[in-house]
Amino acid sequence: MAKGEIVAGCLAPHPPHLVYAENPEQNEPTAEGGWEQLRWGYERLRESLAGVDYDAIVLLSPHWQTYVGTHFLGLPHFKNLSVDPVFPNLFRYHYDLNIDVELATQLHDRAADAGLTVKMMENPDFRVDYGTITTGHLFNPAWDKPLVVISSNRSTDYYSVEVMQEMMKELGRVTRETILASGKKVVVLASNSLSHRHFTTESAIPEDMSKEHITSHAMHLWDMRMIEYFRTGQSQRILNEMPEFTEQAIAESDGGGLSWLLSTLDMPTYPGILHGYGTIIGTGNAIVEWPERNHKEAVP
Amino acid sequence: MSQGELVGSFIVPVHPHPLLVPEGNEGWGRLRASFDDAAQRIKDSGADLLIIYSTTWPSIIGHQIMADPNPEWTMVDHDFHELGSIPYSFNIDADFAHAWDKANEQRGLKSRTVAYHGFPIDVGSVVALKLLNPDNAIPAVIVSSNVYANRAETTVLSKACLDVIKSTGRKAVAVTAMSLSNRMFTTHIDPKDDRIHSLKDDEWNRKILEFLGEGRLEDVGQLSRTIHQQIRVQKVVAFKPMWWLSGMNGNRNNLTGEVLAYEALNGAGGAIVHLDPTPSGAGDKEYDEDDIEFFHGERNVLDGDEDFTSDEPDKIPVANNDSGPALWDPTDGKDSVNSEAAPKPVGAYPHARRVGDLLYLSGVGPRQPGTNAIPGGPIRDSTGAPQDYDIKAQTHAVVENITRILEEAGGSIDDVLDVTSFLVDMDRDFSGYNEVWAETLGKVGPTRTTLAIRALPTPIAVEMKVIAKAPPL
Repeated sequence: MAKGEIVAGCLAPHPPHLVYAENPEQNEPTAEGGWEQLRWGYERLRESLAGVDYDAIVLLSPHWQTYVGTHFLGLPHFKNLSVDPVFPNLFRYHYDLNIDVELATQLHDRAADAGLTVKMMENPDFRVDYGTITTGHLFNPAWDKPLVVISSNRSTDYYSVEVMQEMMKELGRVTRETILASGKKVVVLASNSLSHRHFTTESAIPEDMSKEHITSHAMHLWDMRMIEYFRTGQSQRILNEMPEFTEQAIAESDGGGLSWLLSTLDMPTYPGILHGYGTIIGTGNAIVEWPERNHKEAVP
Repeated sequence: MSQGELVGSFIVPVHPHPLLVPEGNEGWGRLRASFDDAAQRIKDSGADLLIIYSTTWPSIIGHQIMADPNPEWTMVDHDFHELGSIPYSFNIDADFAHAWDKANEQRGLKSRTVAYHGFPIDVGSVVALKLLNPDNAIPAVIVSSNVYANRAETTVLSKACLDVIKSTGRKAVAVTAMSLSNRMFTTHIDPKDDRIHSLKDDEWNRKILEFLGEGRLEDVGQLSRTIHQQIRVQKVVAFKPMWWLSGMNGNRNNLTGEVLAYEALNGAGGAIVHLDPTPSGAGDKEYDEDDIEFFHGERNVLDGDEDFTSDEPDKIPVANNDSGPALWDPTDGKDSVNSEAAPKPVGAYPHARRVGDLLYLSGVGPRQPGTNAIPGGPIRDSTGAPQDYDIKAQTHAVVENITRILEEAGGSIDDVLDVTSFLVDMDRDFSGYNEVWAETLGKVGPTRTTLAIRALPTPIAVEMKVIAKAPPL
């Protein structure tokens, strides 16, 4: 069997506003556009990977929140209606997706062997979280690749950012090993925003871009600091500053996705490609790609 | 229509174990039995409305209120999906939900109703409604826990809810779906080994339950932040439900409390508590946090025109456009009597003036202090369209406002000597007004003159001009 490969890793945020603004047929509400900078960023990401062949997408969503370990979707097919509990006016999406159960099970088993608490989710009535659906749609609107969906173990809440990072670094290491051993080509996605302080009011027209901006200067500074690390391949500094970033920017990195992604990518020292940055109801969101071709160039 | 009231409160846990696998652990079984006991108590109370405040429904854009009359779906818990699925079909009082949303707005609080097919009702609400209202006999309403809300917002949320309960004459039961200590085991455990995660959590839980068993709900509310720091996983929802429930109960410490069960749910503290509003006989303690009537906002990041701060110190904007002209602080002249507990004037005058042995009150309407809300509803909306309203509720509110002003002067309602009443619709309202009069001021015995007039400055139906004895200086 050929050796598996991580063809790319991406930071791919999931605010449902982006799907709402795209007006796909699966989503019930309709919009007059909005958040174009980020939607164009997703376009650039898709174009960047248009010529890259891969077998599956491995995705960690902070909106499947689990407190007893890390869970994996464990049935081959999920079809249902996803309604965002926070923005139901924007996101009521009819999804129909496939799971690479084989890869998910391999990842589950390796993680268990490594001492992590894990569980397969095999209840057919389970509704897939809207973070997974949103990132899944924006990254691959055709939905023609199977997914491996990983829950967000809320170890930041239970312990600390440091403990979360230790667990996510281990899960990332296991994810990498599993993919390489699987013989499959895989894209890995961390579905999270950067600074995560929301406005507490919504404009009458949600897509009114005259109302959209970052919630505070401090949030902007943190977002730009992280993006600069992304763009200059300073993964270790990101992990080093993660506790302060997560606390001070109320960052959605608390869900572990970014730490897991960087670990899965073996702590890239090459530049990530920033495809877009924008705010959504005040939160900071970056679309970043770490392409494997750069990884190969960086590691002789 | 009699005035509505809260006839009971319950605290219940959020995890699905008592619903799905009560046989899995003796403690889960005892929780299930206590859920059944609570359901019977609610039925026996004659309640006609269940109000659920759930910590497992977080929201960001204000509070959200379920308004789908018949939400149906099958929910699966994110963590305990292997325990099974929970199909549900609930009886939601959409009219109450919309009225609560409007009452929030009148008190300056952002909220919105949600009524979308497939909306994911949270596990705490599903468990509470399935077990406390198994036959859907009692209509329910569910409200989210706003992750950014502080105590002021949460208190105003409860007061707006009470506004609607009173004005609609409902007999309501308030339920908070919440854990006490919420730290679960983070590794898989055998159900038979379930226990409270730590001794420290257990000790805090028992202290909280000791307070609640003594009916000291407000004390728990004031300890909320400390409790959150001590035994709560630092999630954003915090220990807010005690703020809401205390507000629903008038921030009292003399309720009649009873702990029906306390057990572990995968390490978290799950309790079922019944709080009866009947005073326990214990002394009520002071309410020493800000008693907020109207939320003025603190962010307004989207719209500058929503900034409630004003450069004019003696004039603030009205709470909502339905309520008429701008409000003023009462003038503070010689011999003036003004009360924080009375509604703001609509012009430059005091609430009352003392002259010799007499108090002359300015015309008193039913508007509520702080909120400008009108019990019984306004007589017209902001477009001028006539609205249905309850003259009895308005008349009661007028008498209450008169009482507050007289008490500010050191007197009481018994001091009223002469009243001139103004009605905007004599044919429609005289009977209801007269009935309330007989129950209240009629028992005091002042002289009275009742006049029909074309309009009052705000959209109210009744106003009274009062002369009263002044208490000795």
